[in-house]
Amino acid sequence: MTTYYTKDHEWIRVDGDTGTVGITSYAAGQLGDVVYVELPETGAKFARGDDFAVVESVKAASDVYAPVSGSVLEVNSALSDAPEKVNDAAQGDAWFVRVKLADAGELSGLMDEAAYTAFCEGL
Amino acid sequence: MSMNTQGRPTAPSASSVAVFETVSGSRGLLQHEDLLFEIGTAETTGVDLPKPKGLKNRLGGVKRKADTGLAGLSEPQAVRHYMRLSQRNYAIDLGLFPLGSCTMKHNPRLNEKMARLPGFADIHPLQPQATVQGALELIDELATWLKTLTGMPSVAMSPKAGAHGELCGMLAIRQALIARGEGEVRKRVLVPESAHGTNPATAVQCGFVVDEIKASARGRVDLADLKRKLEKTDDVAGIMLTNPNTCGLFETDIKEIADLIHKAGGYFYCDGANFNAIVGRVRPGDLGVDAMHINLHKTFSTPHGGGGPGSGPTVFSEALAAYAPVPFVTKDDDGIYRLVEHVDGEASESFGRMVAFHGQMGMFVRALTYMLSHGADGLKQVAEDAVLNANYVQARLKHVMTPAFDGFCMHEALFSDAFTADGIETIDIAKALIDEGYHPMTMYFPLVVHGAMLIEPTETESKAELDRFCDALESIARRAAQGDETLKGAPYLAPAKRLDETRAARKPVLKWTAPEIERVAAE
Amino acid sequence: MRYLPLTPEDRASMLATIGAKSADDFYTDVPKAARLKAKIAGLPDHQGELAVERHMTKLAAKNRSASSGPFFVGAGAYKHHVPATVDMIIQRSEFLTTYTPYQPEIAQGTLQTLFEFQTQVAALTAMDVANASMYDGSTACAEAAVMAARVTKRKKVILSGGLHPHYAAATRLLCEAQGLTVVQLPVAIDGESELAKSVDGETACVIGQSPNVFGTVTDLSGVAKSAHDKGALLVSVFTEAVSLGLVTPPGEMGADIAAGEGQSIGNGLNFGGPYVGLFACKDKLVRQMPGRLCGETVDADGKRGFVLTLSTREQHIRRDKATSNICTNSGLCALAFTSHMTLLGGKGLKQLAELNHEAAIELADTLGAMKGVEILTPRFFNEFAFRTPVDAEAVLAMLDEAGVVGGVRASRLFPGDHMGDVILVAATECTTTEDIAAYAAALKEII
Repeated sequence: MTTYYTKDHEWIRVDGDTGTVGITSYAAGQLGDVVYVELPETGAKFARGDDFAVVESVKAASDVYAPVSGSVLEVNSALSDAPEKVNDAAQGDAWFVRVKLADAGELSGLMDEAAYTAFCEGL
Repeated sequence: MSMNTQGRPTAPSASSVAVFETVSGSRGLLQHEDLLFEIGTAETTGVDLPKPKGLKNRLGGVKRKADTGLAGLSEPQAVRHYMRLSQRNYAIDLGLFPLGSCTMKHNPRLNEKMARLPGFADIHPLQPQATVQGALELIDELATWLKTLTGMPSVAMSPKAGAHGELCGMLAIRQALIARGEGEVRKRVLVPESAHGTNPATAVQCGFVVDEIKASARGRVDLADLKRKLEKTDDVAGIMLTNPNTCGLFETDIKEIADLIHKAGGYFYCDGANFNAIVGRVRPGDLGVDAMHINLHKTFSTPHGGGGPGSGPTVFSEALAAYAPVPFVTKDDDGIYRLVEHVDGEASESFGRMVAFHGQMGMFVRALTYMLSHGADGLKQVAEDAVLNANYVQARLKHVMTPAFDGFCMHEALFSDAFTADGIETIDIAKALIDEGYHPMTMYFPLVVHGAMLIEPTETESKAELDRFCDALESIARRAAQGDETLKGAPYLAPAKRLDETRAARKPVLKWTAPEIERVAAE
Repeated sequence: MRYLPLTPEDRASMLATIGAKSADDFYTDVPKAARLKAKIAGLPDHQGELAVERHMTKLAAKNRSASSGPFFVGAGAYKHHVPATVDMIIQRSEFLTTYTPYQPEIAQGTLQTLFEFQTQVAALTAMDVANASMYDGSTACAEAAVMAARVTKRKKVILSGGLHPHYAAATRLLCEAQGLTVVQLPVAIDGESELAKSVDGETACVIGQSPNVFGTVTDLSGVAKSAHDKGALLVSVFTEAVSLGLVTPPGEMGADIAAGEGQSIGNGLNFGGPYVGLFACKDKLVRQMPGRLCGETVDADGKRGFVLTLSTREQHIRRDKATSNICTNSGLCALAFTSHMTLLGGKGLKQLAELNHEAAIELADTLGAMKGVEILTPRFFNEFAFRTPVDAEAVLAMLDEAGVVGGVRASRLFPGDHMGDVILVAATECTTTEDIAAYAAALKEII
C-alpha cells in the first residue's frame, strides 16, 4: 500500500483499485478543534478536485477535495460521534471515505510522503 | 460626660482575604441564577387567570396528548430571574461598543415611549384601514425621509431586517432581469472579497452565482479586476457593494463602477450598513445605486435588543421601482392612505410579497422619532461626528497598532494584527478589552485584513469616553507587542471566563432536559 | 443637540490631534458632484422632545386601538393580554441595548434567556430542538420549505389549501427564487388532509397549517405518514402560539419541521411587527436549520455557561454556502415571549388556551344561532370563518359604525376566490361576554 498526498493536504492510501482518503495531520493542526465532518453518501461519484466533504471547526468550514476521481464505497461513520478523532488521528482512525478509483493514472500527479513533508516545510 | 460607647466601626480596617468561594455562588452584587426550569415547577404560575368554564371542546379530537410540563415562576421569582441575568450583560447604556459595521449608537428613550403609545402598539395589521390612517401616514412619512436622505424615488418598507432588505434588493434585480427576458442568462453577481457574509448568502438565495472581486492594496475594489470580470457582459446580473466599504473606506471609483455595471446591463446593489458615515452628506442616489437597504437599527438608533428585531427598508432607483414588493402604502388624491396588498393593478410588476403584514411598525415609530429629533441638520452632524470619532481613535492608536490602510478612514478604523508579538492574537486583545470594561471591537472581519480589528465608536461617544477607551486599548496593544502571555487568559474579571465553544459544537446541547432521576420518577 | 456629546471645543481639539482642518477632509474620496454642500432640503431641522411628542401623538390619535372596543380580528396576529412585568423586563437596559451575544463572557444574560426560549419552544411544539427565533412566522415557513429542499435534495414544495396566504406568498417567493417548484392546493376551509394525496417521489415537503387560516384544526399525522412513505418532509405551521397549549402540536403529528408565529405570547399587535418566528425540527436535521442557535457548555473555571453554536451554518462563516442569509433573530421579541411564557408556565398556558377556546365557542354559538349565519369551520381553537347572507365588506363596515371591529373579510386575504360573503373572526381571553353580545346585537341589525 502506498500513500499519496495533495497540495491541499488530503492523503490517499491506495490498495489495488481502492483507496482510503482523509486529511493530513498538518491540516488538522491548522484547522484547530474539529467539531464536525460532513461526509458524502456511499455510491456518490467524484472527479479529481471536486469538493466531496467539509471539515468544520467552531469558526470556519473547509472544503475537502477529492485527490482522485472515483466513487464512494464506504464512509467513516465513527466521525459523526467523535469528530475530535480528526485532531488525534487524522492519518489513521479518522479516515473520511474509502473509494474505488476510476483512473489509477491520476496518482502520478500526487506527492509521496517525502515530497509532501518538504512541501509543508516550505509553507 | 456620658460615655456612649454603642456603635460599630465606621472606617475599614486593612482587608484580609482577596479571593474566596461563596456558598451561594453569588459574588457581592453579581447574583447566581440557575435555569428557570431548575427553579420553578410545572405547577407554578405567575399569572392569575379566570377559571375556564369547563365547556365541551370543539377540537374534534385534535387535542394535545402530553402537557408541555414547562416550569413557571411566580412574579417575584420571575423578576429576580431576569434582573439577575441582566447583570451578566454588557450594553450600550453601560459603555462603548466599538463594533465595526454595527453602529452601536445610543438608543433614545423617547423612541421607546412613542412606540408604546396605544395608537401605535395596540393596532392590528388587518383592522379596517380607515381606523389606522395615522399608522399608514407614519409609514409614508418615514418613507419620505428615507427617500429624501438617499436621493432615491422609491422605498420598500416591509423587509424585517438588513439581510431581509438585501434579499428585497436582489429579488427586485432578479425580477427586472426576468422582465427583460434575461432572467435565465444573467446570473452572475460580483461581490468584493471584503463583503459581509450576508451579501454572497443573499445572492445565492436568489439563485445567483457569486463572482468575487479582489480588493486593491488601498482596501477598495480592484478596478482592474472588476474590468476583467466585465469583459463578458451577457451573464452579468449586477454588483453588490458596501459603501463606505467594510474596511471603513469610501469607494473612490464608485461612479465609474456604477457606470461599468450599467453599461454591462447589470444593476448596482449597495449594502447600506455603513450609511452612518455619509447620511446627510452624500446621497446614494447620486452615485448610481439601484437598490440599497438601510438598517434602522444601525443608522437610525432603534435598539439592538440582544440580536434583534431589526428593520431593513430598501430604497430603489427608477429602474427597479416597479418591481418593489407588496404591500406598500400609497396616498390617494383625496388624502386617504391605502395599503396595496396584492400583485395586480398598480403593483402588477411587483416581485411579490416577502412577509406577512406591512413591516416592522415598532421600529418605524422609533426611527421616525429619532429622525424628527435630529432633523436634517442634526443627521448631517451625526455623520460628521461619527467620522470624526473614528479618525480620532485611529490617530490616537496608529503609533501602537497597525492601521490596515493609510490615510483617513470614515466612520470606522481598521487595524491588522501586524503589531502583535508571535503567539499573541487578535482574540487575546479583544478579551483583554473586556477586563477594561469594554465590549470587544469587531474581530477577524473583513477577511481581507489579517487578524482584523474594526472599531466604530459612533457619534454618541464623548471625547472623554474615547480617551478612556484609547488609553485602555493602547495599554493592551503595548502588552500585545511585548508578547505578554497573561493576555491569553483574559477575561479575568467578566461574569464568565472564556467558554468552550469546541465542546458546544461537538456535543450540541440546545435545550434543558430534566435530569435522569426526575425523568424516571415522572414515568 | 441632545444625542451628540461632542462640543465645538472637542471637535477642534480632535481635528488637531488627527491633523485635519475640518470634517470636509474626511470626505475627499466622495466624487465632487456627489458632495452635498448644505444640509438636505425638504426635511425639518432638529426638534426637542416636546415637539416630537406632539407630532407622534397626533399620528397615534388617528388610530383606533384594539382595546377601545369589541375586537375580533385574528388571521395571523392576535390580541392577548401581556402581563406588566414583561414590558419592564424588555425595557431593562442590559437587554434592550445589548448586541448579539457574540462575546459570551459578557452576554450570559442574553444567552441564558435564549437557551430557555429554545427549551420552551421545543416543548410547546413537541419537537426535538428549536432555534433562537426567526423574523416572523411567514419567513419561518419560507425558510422551512427551502430547508426541506436542501435536506431531501428535491425540488417540489406543496402548500395546503388552508395555509395563510401571506405565508404561502412569502414561501413561494423564496422557493421560486431558488429554482424550486411550488404547488398550491385549492383554497379550502378544511383541506389540510388533501396534502396526503398530493405527495409524490419528487416532493421535498408538504406544508400544512393547524389551526389554519380559517381556524380549522387538523391532525396531520396521516399527512406525515404519506409524506414519509414517499421520502418527503412535513412542515407543520401555526399562526397562533397560544393554540399549542391545547391543540395537537407539530411533534405529536410526526412533523419534521415546525414553523410558526410567536407574537401571541409576550408581544403586542404592533400593526404587524416586530414579531417573532418560532422554528423547530427533529434532531437529525439540526445542522440544516437556519437562524441562531444557543448551546450549553462550560467556561475555563468549569462553570456552566452558554454560547451561540453550530455557527458554521450561518452567513458570516459559510457565506455563499450558508443555510440562509439571516443575520438577526428577533432577540427582544424572543425575550418578551420567554418571560411571558415563564410567568404562565405550562399550566398557565393550558389554562389560557382553554379560556381562548371557550370564548370562541361562545362566539360561535351566539353567531351560529342567528338566522342566515353559517359557521364554516368544523373544528376550531380560537378563530373561525362564517358566511353571512349579505356582502362581508358591507357587514364589517356597519359593525364598525356600531363600534365593533368584527373581523377580516376573507376576500381581503383571498381576492378573486369567491369569498365575498365570508368573515374570519377570532376570540381570545380578552373577549368578554359583553363584547360577544355587542357583536350579535350589531349583526342582528344588519342581516
